[in-house]
Amino acid sequence: MGNGTSIGRVRGLGSSHHGTHHWLTSRLTAVGNLVLITFLIASLALLPDYSYATVRGWVARPLPSIAMILIMINTFTHARMGVQVMLEDYVHEEGGKIAAWLLVNIVPFAAAAFGILSVLRIALGGA
Amino acid sequence: MAQTRKARPISPHLQIWRWGPAMLVSILHRITGNGLAFGGLGLLLWWIGALASGPEAYQTFLDWVWLGTGGGLQTVTSVLGKIVLVGLTWAFFQHAASGIRHLILDIGAGYELNTNARWSSLTIVISILLTIAFWAFVLLR
Repeated sequence: MGNGTSIGRVRGLGSSHHGTHHWLTSRLTAVGNLVLITFLIASLALLPDYSYATVRGWVARPLPSIAMILIMINTFTHARMGVQVMLEDYVHEEGGKIAAWLLVNIVPFAAAAFGILSVLRIALGGA
Repeated sequence: MAQTRKARPISPHLQIWRWGPAMLVSILHRITGNGLAFGGLGLLLWWIGALASGPEAYQTFLDWVWLGTGGGLQTVTSVLGKIVLVGLTWAFFQHAASGIRHLILDIGAGYELNTNARWSSLTIVISILLTIAFWAFVLLR
């Protein structure tokens, strides 16, 4: 990698070695969230009532269950990146940085896995 | 050394600046984003987990967040739940409007001072109107 020259920075993808990946992924997931969450809240607003049978029946349908699984992936990816940037700005002590690193790299994946499993249980578990 | 450091001019902090719409929308974007990340996604997981677990778990969710039928602490949390849900929908609309503004700024448009201030203010107007419209539709139809 170069020593601070323009071509060196391009080859090495900058000081983080990730180039614009973080920035671009947060934009891509933002557009995804715009579509997915609009679909979710519009669908919920249009439900005739909020009884267990109605709401579960809605989630169990193919399009909503696919949307819900995509929401679990897309929102947690987007949230993970945003929370990471926030913590990078405000947490400066070594111990705090390690805690932040653990939080950002473990919790969103566990949470998304729980969410996806819940949708699958609803979609495949029958009434 | 300590004396010279003391004499050095310090960097002006937040309270020095006259607040403009762009500053407000910028910090609101972070606050609403993190609110949605922790509060919104937390509630989403409770909701979908309760739906997957069965009618009793879903009823528990409804009682604590909205209905308060169990009495006691639920009377308090059901009020808080409504405030949080309205707050989360506003946070989503604000974060979305401000996010669209960011996507437009990313293509290099909207940096002229008056334009920037106008679009910043507009995100707040839009988010409040959409929140009112959403809850009016859900509650009054």
